[in-house]
Amino acid sequence: MKRIAALALASSLATGLLLTGCSVEHVSSETGAPVSSGSGTEPGSGRVVNVCSWGEYIDTDLIDQFEEKTGIKVNYQTAESNEALYSLLKSGGATFDVIVPSDYMISQLIEENMLAELNYDNIPNFSKIDDRFKNLSYDPENKYTVPYTWGTLGIIYNTAMVEEPITSWSAMFDEQYAGDVLLINNSRDALGIALYYLGYSVNTTDEAQIREAFQLISDAVSAGVYQGKVMDEVFQKMEQGNAAISTYYAGDYLTMLENNPDLAYVVPEEGSNWFVDAMCVLKDAQNKDEAEEWINFMASTEANLANMDYIWYASPNTEALEQYPAYYEETYGEPLDLELYEIMAAPQEVLDRCESYLVLPEATRALYNDLWIELGL
Amino acid sequence: MKKSKRPLLAIPYVVWMAIFVVAPIIMVVIYAFSTAGGGFTLENFTRMGTYTVIFTRSFRLALIATVVCLLIGYPLSYMMAKEGPRFQRVGMMLIMLPMWVNFLLRTYSWMSILEKNGLLNQFFSAIGLFDLINAVFGTNIQYFHMIGTQGAVVLGMVYNYLPFMILPIYSVIVKLDNSLLEAARDLGASSTAVFRKVIFPLSLPGILSGVTMVFVPSVSTFAISRLLGGGTQMLLGDLIEQQFLGGAYNPHLGSAIALVMMIIVVVCMWIMNHFGEGEEQAVML
Repeated sequence: MKRIAALALASSLATGLLLTGCSVEHVSSETGAPVSSGSGTEPGSGRVVNVCSWGEYIDTDLIDQFEEKTGIKVNYQTAESNEALYSLLKSGGATFDVIVPSDYMISQLIEENMLAELNYDNIPNFSKIDDRFKNLSYDPENKYTVPYTWGTLGIIYNTAMVEEPITSWSAMFDEQYAGDVLLINNSRDALGIALYYLGYSVNTTDEAQIREAFQLISDAVSAGVYQGKVMDEVFQKMEQGNAAISTYYAGDYLTMLENNPDLAYVVPEEGSNWFVDAMCVLKDAQNKDEAEEWINFMASTEANLANMDYIWYASPNTEALEQYPAYYEETYGEPLDLELYEIMAAPQEVLDRCESYLVLPEATRALYNDLWIELGL
Repeated sequence: MKKSKRPLLAIPYVVWMAIFVVAPIIMVVIYAFSTAGGGFTLENFTRMGTYTVIFTRSFRLALIATVVCLLIGYPLSYMMAKEGPRFQRVGMMLIMLPMWVNFLLRTYSWMSILEKNGLLNQFFSAIGLFDLINAVFGTNIQYFHMIGTQGAVVLGMVYNYLPFMILPIYSVIVKLDNSLLEAARDLGASSTAVFRKVIFPLSLPGILSGVTMVFVPSVSTFAISRLLGGGTQMLLGDLIEQQFLGGAYNPHLGSAIALVMMIIVVVCMWIMNHFGEGEEQAVML
């Protein structure tokens, strides 16, 4: 979920935002749509599929492979976040066929009747998806989605900068590390951290509990615990030792680790967020058949292996999960560090203490938003 | 005959303005006064009081950045305009050069300069500045806290928008009629008086457009405050963005905030221009 590219676009928009002050067009086509020039099967039929996903969230070779195999041209675009994607869909300017939102956003889109039911006969590879990732709470009858990746949210910390291993969310509020902690700049995840720590459900709608969680963060802000609120700026800050503790996604931790071997990752004992991003088709999609073909291709074992190797997020495909260590060894000529593999694809006992986000009622979402702004006052 | 054709030339720009400036502003106004259901409401504006802190902070930081830009930009423009063409070319080049790099990348590199382990702190540490301070004052500092402060945000604004201050002022001063200055000297004005009574008043139009071009983007920026302010110095741009891309999608409140910001900016500009005109007229009289 690298949002730097999207931020780059956002800021160039900021110049255009001077007077109107409002912008919704946050999609970048930074990956572009690689036109497979000179290949034999140049799409003559004019079949296309419009995909919107996150930045750095696909092995782009797969797009070429798909185009070559099917003759369908892929328009691949990226959005900054679930909320940015939602904003795009709502403002009506976007014409996507396939989107890859996270669990809670999927349930919101289903609730608002924006997704099309899939014809799973066209997606035979759905059978390869592990049963753990079927019929999840966001899509209980599994009529709309095919999982794309999954992972956990946890604490990333610099072992050279903290005294002892971190196991609890309490580190995120600890004045001992004042000025060295980074808060995630997203109200759901940030308040979620406090909710886990207090032992409440991350999906609570009880205003008192949410306010208690907010107070915890607010007190930590007053005590100067946080160096800042960051999203993808976290890479630079953690890799170069500018901060000691942060909360981010497991897949991104593995990317950071390549640049700073002192970093460690932990899913705190109180539990954390277990997220699933899944592919779905919009109700008003123009290219539904092509969309299902794309989804089927992306659900295949080969595509999942390549993707897992490229983006470091775990695949929901049973075969890919089993074969990945061997695939890694074959590709790089050295065995995969199983400890790292368990961070990428958390074992069941870790998932057991984690909770997925469900969509919150509108009043609670508004409360989250108001509290988040209050924090910035 | 000539006269009747002239309006035709403006058509492309008028169309452009209508589609990309007027229409969006109308949409902002409509959104600001409506509810999600489409009904009329003033509720979006009644909530504005909550955000007074953010409004004040944005305008204060933008004002500081504008003043700093003016203090740096005016002497530089003046000096450049008085130098030979060779110097002017080089100077112009140096001013424009950073603007070839994407705005965000420039701001991003300031992050790595101002960080706790950033270039600046490493440099200070290498020359023993911290040891010196600790020895003199008996403190124990290992680094300067720069990132995530309002100072860093202002620095980002000044760095990014300074060229917009220099260029208009420079282009006005460089075109000043030299005979006016000679006439002033001829009539016995000292060089300070020439500057105060002739050069400065005549360069006011440049100053005014420079101030506008620095102040307006500074007030509405959100990338600078997010990157250099570490997300802790929420500005109006961040607040508006939050309404569109935060957890609660509320374009109505977002538009209302944008509208209020626009109105305040327009009023500021109007007052300033008015003041500017008065000055100019007074001098001309």
